[in-house]
Parts: sequence; structure tokens; C-alpha cells
Amino acid sequence: MSVAVSRAGDAAAPIANPAARALMRRHRLRWWEALPWLAGIAFYFAFPDYLSFGCDLIVTILFALSLDLALGYAGIITLGHAAFFGTGAYAVGMLASYNVWTEPITALLLAALAAAVIGFLSGLVLLRTAGLTLLMLTLCTMALLEQAANMGHAYTGGFDGLPSLPIAPVFGVFEFNPLYADTQYLFALGVLFACFVFVRTLVYSPFGQSLTGIRENILRMHAIGSPVRRRVLVCYTISAALAGIAGGLWAQTNAYVNLSALGLDRAATVLIVLILGGYGRLYGAFIGAVIYLALEHFLAQIYPTAWQLGLGLLLVLIALFARGGILGLGEALWRRYGGKLSQRRRDGPTAP
Amino acid sequence: MSKRMIAALAALAVSGGAPGAASAQEVKIGLILPYTGPGAELSPNMDRAIDLYQKLDAAQIKPFKLTIIKRDSKAPNGAAAKVDTQELLTQEKVDVIAGYIYSPDAIASAPVITAGKRLAVIMNAGTAFITNLSPYYVRTSFTLWQSSYVMGEQAAKYLHAKTAVVAYTDYPPGKDALDAFKYAFEHNGGKVIDAIPAGGPGATPDFTPFFQRAKDEHPNVLFVFVPAGDQATAVVKTYAALGMKAAGIQLTGTGDIVPDNMLQGMGDSAIGLITVHHYNADLDNPQNKAFIAAWKKAYGADATPDFTSVGAWDGIAAIVHALHATKGKIDDGAAAVKSLEGWKFASPQGPIEIDPQTRDIVMNEYLDQVYKGSDGKLHEKVLATFHNVKDQCKALAIGPCAPKK
Repeated sequence: MSVAVSRAGDAAAPIANPAARALMRRHRLRWWEALPWLAGIAFYFAFPDYLSFGCDLIVTILFALSLDLALGYAGIITLGHAAFFGTGAYAVGMLASYNVWTEPITALLLAALAAAVIGFLSGLVLLRTAGLTLLMLTLCTMALLEQAANMGHAYTGGFDGLPSLPIAPVFGVFEFNPLYADTQYLFALGVLFACFVFVRTLVYSPFGQSLTGIRENILRMHAIGSPVRRRVLVCYTISAALAGIAGGLWAQTNAYVNLSALGLDRAATVLIVLILGGYGRLYGAFIGAVIYLALEHFLAQIYPTAWQLGLGLLLVLIALFARGGILGLGEALWRRYGGKLSQRRRDGPTAP
Repeated sequence: MSKRMIAALAALAVSGGAPGAASAQEVKIGLILPYTGPGAELSPNMDRAIDLYQKLDAAQIKPFKLTIIKRDSKAPNGAAAKVDTQELLTQEKVDVIAGYIYSPDAIASAPVITAGKRLAVIMNAGTAFITNLSPYYVRTSFTLWQSSYVMGEQAAKYLHAKTAVVAYTDYPPGKDALDAFKYAFEHNGGKVIDAIPAGGPGATPDFTPFFQRAKDEHPNVLFVFVPAGDQATAVVKTYAALGMKAAGIQLTGTGDIVPDNMLQGMGDSAIGLITVHHYNADLDNPQNKAFIAAWKKAYGADATPDFTSVGAWDGIAAIVHALHATKGKIDDGAAAVKSLEGWKFASPQGPIEIDPQTRDIVMNEYLDQVYKGSDGKLHEKVLATFHNVKDQCKALAIGPCAPKK
């Protein structure tokens, strides 16, 4: 193909600059991007006894995805993301528990709204800081919310939580099944899909590109006149809203919410999940959550007292040998060996 | 072939058609306890009690064979316990569920238990309203209302106290203990002049500022609730260090501040403490004597069971009773629960009964005092026994225990 100089003012002209073309091509759908969703549907049919665990898995993926937007794309270092998860969970939980609002889809939107408000307000203050200060302040925000929920135990149920939440049927037809969790699973999968499409569109949009720019070189972004603080705040708010949806989904699929939704335990686990899978990569949240939770779940089934050893070993190995997480390791291996393989294939078979 | 069939039919006829007469009928029990996380130090005491029961009372269990499938409920957030419950019911097809140390685990699992229609025996979780959440829950442990209510009553009647300060761990059991103590104490003429939230359940706080505040208020008694464990030792040490005894303030609490397996580590500062609980290792009854002797024989002379062990022991005894009463059809949850309503048992803690209305335990509470025995070790003596104590939270329909409209 001949290299043509793109003409300014001619919108209809095809973009022919190779760099521009590469950028345009980045967001195209690839065939393997259907795999997680096919696997998700296959799981439904193959493991009908594991759907309760499957719901946990989907909630964790969504939560890790929301963190990926803040941490992986905008580079906001946070240890308090459970603040938004908890806000969403309590929004859904309290509305349902007092029979104010039990319709699941709109309840999730309300959860997103509540978490976005908290994210926006705290972000206004927090995002003026960076590094360790930011880390500590996000942690403090979460601790404050947790203590507020504990002090308001007359309404939140405190440590014991709000039991047996009534959740209305999805679309008014499909009732949640407490024993097999099949409706919950499909509902959660649908919510995850919608959220993923949104996040994917967002990160490949100019807005998403500017976030990556801010993460990589904040001074240069300032220099080219990008409204850095506003972009980061918007990103943090969107990320909070997604975490709120994850929390709301958790409350719905469990029909239960308690203080653990806001705890450091949850915030730290999702960070580990994301780093394990590889952050700033969209699919890191999927890989990390599946590997971490599946290992935890099945090791704990076999060795209820000693399963943490296996998980710990994996994390040590990842920390030592795969700084970019499992996806990063995969990419490195592909560059090293896969590239050669395809090179050889192109050259044709060589005589032995 | 046909001969064998006839033999089998004959065997069936002889045994009166009881299932499992020819070979031991296997009964699967799903046991959900926290084997990791903060609850991990509590589970072994319950596991040991369950093992011991199967060894000692093997004759009771016949002709059935108990298979225990253990699952880890992990951190006390309810989510893991709920998945465990669901998978035990749907994958392992267990006949009975048992365990639950933390209340959130039992609370979160309630809808699954109801949908699964199997008997579930709560062996520890103590939040009063849990048994209201599912008709298949039966509890063999305790509620905080049972001990704290009696303590509040006796603080006024036995100790003749007029004023009290309450210090409690700031989570639901602590609040239950506060509510129960306050209700009973004030209905018997006393007055709670201050209630001090003293840290959370996760870590042991420095009790000095809380107890100093209490000391400055000069109450007759200081009532303390903390979860049994390291916090208890810190409470007793701080009480002694601040010289509160000399200031005329009597330390009282639920038995959680003098757990049997930590008592010896508390030293002389524990002497004279007055508590109310449903169990202590020094209880003088034949079942407890045999229980303690067997425990020390199996797990070493220094090992001591505590109230969590007794909850598990009574829980397994309840399951074995339901097995016999339903002739092995314990997987019929409604029948199993029915067979336990009004069930009476001679437990190491004294006679117990399951309340047919609430499916909660009815038991003795003991007013205990710590003293130093002639063997140089610390013991508890029973000052007074209160028979057939019910959970007052449900009896009086207070707060979350009131039936939801």
C-alpha cells in the first residue's frame, strides 16, 4: 500500500499514516475477545452446582475492572476502593431491606449513583495528592465509611448485616433462586457484559487515551493543555460508579450485606486480583479473578485448613517472576517464542 | 442371586424394615467452621469435641455412620459460608448442616438453608434473632442475652449494686450484652450510668482509657463484654493495673472474660471475678467429669475444653438424636427439626432443652467466682444456679428479635 500524506480539512480521506492506523486498529474486536463470554455461558451449563461461586467470581471481575480503570489506566493508586463497593452494596441492601426499592436493575443504577457521588466528593479532595499520601487518604475514606456504617448499626445492621434481602424478579419474571443461584448468575453475567462494553469503549476513546497519557507522563499532558485534574476526577467517579454496581450486585446475589463490604480485606483482595492478572490490560481483571478465586475455592475444598499455603506460593512466584501479572508474562513469552514461531511459519519448513 | 435376595428380604423383615440395618447407613454432615482467618483459633476446640463424641459415644451412633465434610468459612463476612452451605447441599448432598462460629455466617446462609430444607445445627453463633431467619435452624450454643440478662439481674440482687458501667466490644454480641445487662439491671432497681464502646473485635485494644473513664465514675460494678480470647486477658490485667478493685469496683461479665483455656494465664488478678455463663470446666456433674477426663486423656493434661467445645458436643448429640428419632430419615428437614423440639439432654453443662417455639437452647446459667484452689491453679466455683434460662431477647420481643411484619 502506498503511503499517502493525510490532508488536513479532508475528513473523508482514509487515514493512511501507519501510526494513526495502528491507533485506529487497536480498538477493533478480535476473535478471542468472545472467549470469556462463551466460557461464562458454558460454565452455566457445565457446572450448575457452582453458580453461587460463579456469582462471586463475576462480582470480583467487575470490581477488579472498576479498579483497573482507576489504577491501571489513570494511575490513581488506591487502597480504598471497597469504599465504593460498600456504598453500592449498602444502597441496594438498605433500599431492599426496608422494602423501598427491590427492582434489581434500577437498584444497580441507584447503587452506581450513590457510589459516584461518594467518589466525586472524595475525589475532589483526594486527587490533589499523589503517591503514599493518596494511598493513605483512600484508606482513610474507606475506614470512615466503615465506622459510619458500624455506628449506624440500627439502620445498617453493623457487623451482623441486613439479612434475607428481598430482591424482585429480573424483568418482573425471573426469580432469584437461593439454592442454585442460576438466575443470579445469568443476571450478573449480563451486568458484567454491559459494564465491560462500556469500559472497553471508554478506554479506547480519546478520553481513555488521555488517561493513559496522564499515567505515563503527567507533565507533558499538562504541557499540551490537557485538563488533567478534571479528567482524573471524571475517571475516578466513573470507576467508583462501576465499583458501586459490583457492590450492589454482590448484595443482590448474596441477598445479604454486612460491614465486610467496606473492609480493607476486600480492598486488598481486589488489588491482589488485579495485579495477579495484570493491570491496565482490561482482561487482567478476568484472568486474575478466575485464577485467584478458583485456586482459593478448590484448594479450600480439598484442604480446608491449609489452602492459604498454595495461594501464597502462587503470589510469591508472580511477584518474583511476573511483574506484569499473568497477562504480562503471557505477552513476554509470546514476544520471545511466539514471534519466532510465526516467523518460522512464514519462512516455510526448513530441512532438518 | 435369588437366594441372596431372599436373605436380604428376611434381614429386612427381622429388622422391622429399619433402613441401614444390614449395613451402617452413612449420614453426611456438612461442617462449616472458620479454619483460616481470625476464627481459626476457635475451630479446633469444636473439631476436637466432635471427634471425641464419635469416639466415646460410638454405641449411641450405631447403626449409623457419620461422615463429616468440613468446609472453611474463611473471614467472618458470611459470603464464603453461604457458598459453602450451597455447595454442601447441592454437590455433596449432605443430610445435615452444622457449625457456624460467626453470626454473619449463619445469617447470610439462612435463605439457602430454608431453600435446601435440611436441618442446620448452629454450634456457636450467638446473635439472638438468627433462629427466626429459617425454620430449619436449631441452636445448641447460647445467646448473649441468656448470660448477660442473668448477670444484670444478679448484679442488683446478689451483689446489691446500685450503679454500673458497661464496657463492651463494639459489634453485635457486645451490643446484645449491653442491652440485656441494662434491661435486667434497671428492671431490678439498678442504674447503668455509662456505656463505653471499647474497640472492635478484630484486635485487642489498650483498655486503659476505657477503664480509667469507668473508674472516674465510681460505679459499684463494671460489666465487661469482650470476645473470649486474648482480649479477656487484657481486660483482667488492666482492671488489676488500675487498682479498680481497691477502689471498690467489682469486675463482672459474661464467662467470655474468663475463658477456661486462658484462665491459668491470667494470674492472681483474676481471683474474685464474678461472671455468669452456661459452662465452666469446673462444673460438678457426672457428664462434665467424664467429658473433662476424656478430653485430657485424648488431648493432653493441659488441654481444657471450653464453652465452644460444649456447643459442638451438644450439637452432634442433637444430630444423633434426630437420626434415631427419624429412623435415619434425617434428610427430611422438617421431621428432623420436629424431633428436636422439646428434646432434653444431659450435657456437660447440665440439663439442656430445645425450646419447641424458638428452636433455641434452654439451659442453666451459673453465677461463678474465680478462686485459687489448693493445687495452686485457678478454678471457678458456682455461687448460684439459674435453671431453664430462655433467650430473653425473643421472649421479650426486643429490637431485631421482634417478629418482622
